[in-house]
Amino acid sequence: MSTTIEPTVRVETTRRQPMPPRERLEAIFQVDGLDAIYSGKTAVKGVSMEIYKNLVTAIIGPSGCGKSTYIRCFNRMNDLIPGFTQTGTIHYHGQDICGSNIDPVAVRRNIGMVFQRPNPFPKSIQDNVAWGLKVLGMKDNLDERVERALTRAALWDEVKDRLKASALSLSGGQQQRLCIARAIAVEPDVVLMDEPASALDPIATQAIEQLMHDLKSEYTFVIVTHNMQQAARVADMTAFFSISQGEEGSRWGELIEYDATEKIFTAPSDKKTEDYVTGRFG
Amino acid sequence: MEGLAWLAAAIAIAFLVLIVWSVARKGASELNLDLLTKGPAVTFLSTAKVGLANAFAGTIVIVGLAIAMALPVGILVAVYLNEFAPASIRNGVSLALDVLNGVPAIVIGIFVYGLFVLGHGQSGLAGSFALACLMLPLVARSTMEVLALVPNSLREAGLGLGIPQWRTTLSIVLPQTIGGIVTGTVLAVARVAGETAPLLFTSSIVGTQTSWNPRHALQSIPVAIFELSESPDPADHARAWAAALVLILFILFASLGGRWLATRSRTRMLSR
Repeated sequence: MSTTIEPTVRVETTRRQPMPPRERLEAIFQVDGLDAIYSGKTAVKGVSMEIYKNLVTAIIGPSGCGKSTYIRCFNRMNDLIPGFTQTGTIHYHGQDICGSNIDPVAVRRNIGMVFQRPNPFPKSIQDNVAWGLKVLGMKDNLDERVERALTRAALWDEVKDRLKASALSLSGGQQQRLCIARAIAVEPDVVLMDEPASALDPIATQAIEQLMHDLKSEYTFVIVTHNMQQAARVADMTAFFSISQGEEGSRWGELIEYDATEKIFTAPSDKKTEDYVTGRFG
Repeated sequence: MEGLAWLAAAIAIAFLVLIVWSVARKGASELNLDLLTKGPAVTFLSTAKVGLANAFAGTIVIVGLAIAMALPVGILVAVYLNEFAPASIRNGVSLALDVLNGVPAIVIGIFVYGLFVLGHGQSGLAGSFALACLMLPLVARSTMEVLALVPNSLREAGLGLGIPQWRTTLSIVLPQTIGGIVTGTVLAVARVAGETAPLLFTSSIVGTQTSWNPRHALQSIPVAIFELSESPDPADHARAWAAALVLILFILFASLGGRWLATRSRTRMLSR
């Protein structure tokens, strides 16, 4: 097949700085041969990739390809699921975080997470951000830290007059930005985002994409999305996952292609990626 | 079908009304301040068989101590089972709680009698312990139910910040369940406050003195009702009805108060 690809997704190159060459990038995660298994059923198989510091990495793919399962491996969130096991390694700054000798709490302390549905604590707006800071002993300049986190999450102006109001009184988009403020307030190294905009309207989505763009000089973002436009807008690197089928009807998610976002969307090397980004599949 | 269901509901309410009405009719005449504040007459021949203050004081002490014993243990059991235990242990212990809940009160009474009363004598504490045994599965089960209602996303939110699970449980998950725990506890209190059998074994051989000391055997409302109802004196029967009325009113107000607390804690939590 040598047809030219007509991308349905326009990659915005104006907002993004050109990517430095790959060898100059610092890998923050090194994933090797990762398999994720739920009670004997393989969800993700044989993933090996590097995730680079201070970039936004998007994970795209059709529903059921294990994107969410995969991103939750990075902060051991799957530990909570009974029957979950994984093999292979994820080295974070050179240390394997999958080992049983690693404290998952310490992993999550450095690798924060924003979830698919906004999940603010049933506390005040201020306490949503301040509680984590207090528990983690970051009590100095508490109000200042709260304000800074809310400002960075582009929420401060909307809530500064009602910090004592319940977080549950906010709209969905505001709640999600509050969750982002809460995640970055504790100064993690990496922020994982599991379809953070799937339940949000376009304006709230845009606010979240903008803040990822603004904050990536300080954090490393990994974002799962099934919205290709979103990946094209925010991500420097994009990993495409797809579903593979084995004999006897077994299905698992697999990494098909991982490259610079422009490359994935304009000149993918794999046929499956091409079908997906051109909208022929998925 | 709807009519049948309506009828069933009406029957259920009719029984409640009937019980409260008949108890109120027979007990109201003897219900006065003296009944609540004064102890029984000291001499057998005295005509002034005044009050049952000893029974009310005893019930307050015994039930209060039972709450103090059963509530923390019940909550911890529920937290362990729902938040930390693997499924196999959770199922096993839940079953054990249900079995404990089904053990007849008199068997609990004999058990505590053998454990504490033999060789040491009766005491309010032994009675409290017996009631706590009855309360424990109720508190644990109702707490487990409300814990299961707390959305997992809240637990994930806490854990995702790098906060230990016990801290998330304590500060985020448990506060969500206060209303349910209060309601469950009040229902458990309502259930055990009227228990007679366990107290007969553990805290029934009492004088007429009003005492607040749980190291001695304390009179209690249900045991007083039982004893008065066996008396040949009709005046005692009337006082038994009055005591029964007080017990019913106590349970009624405890339930209403528990519900009020539950709603208040929920609205406060949401508006905060």
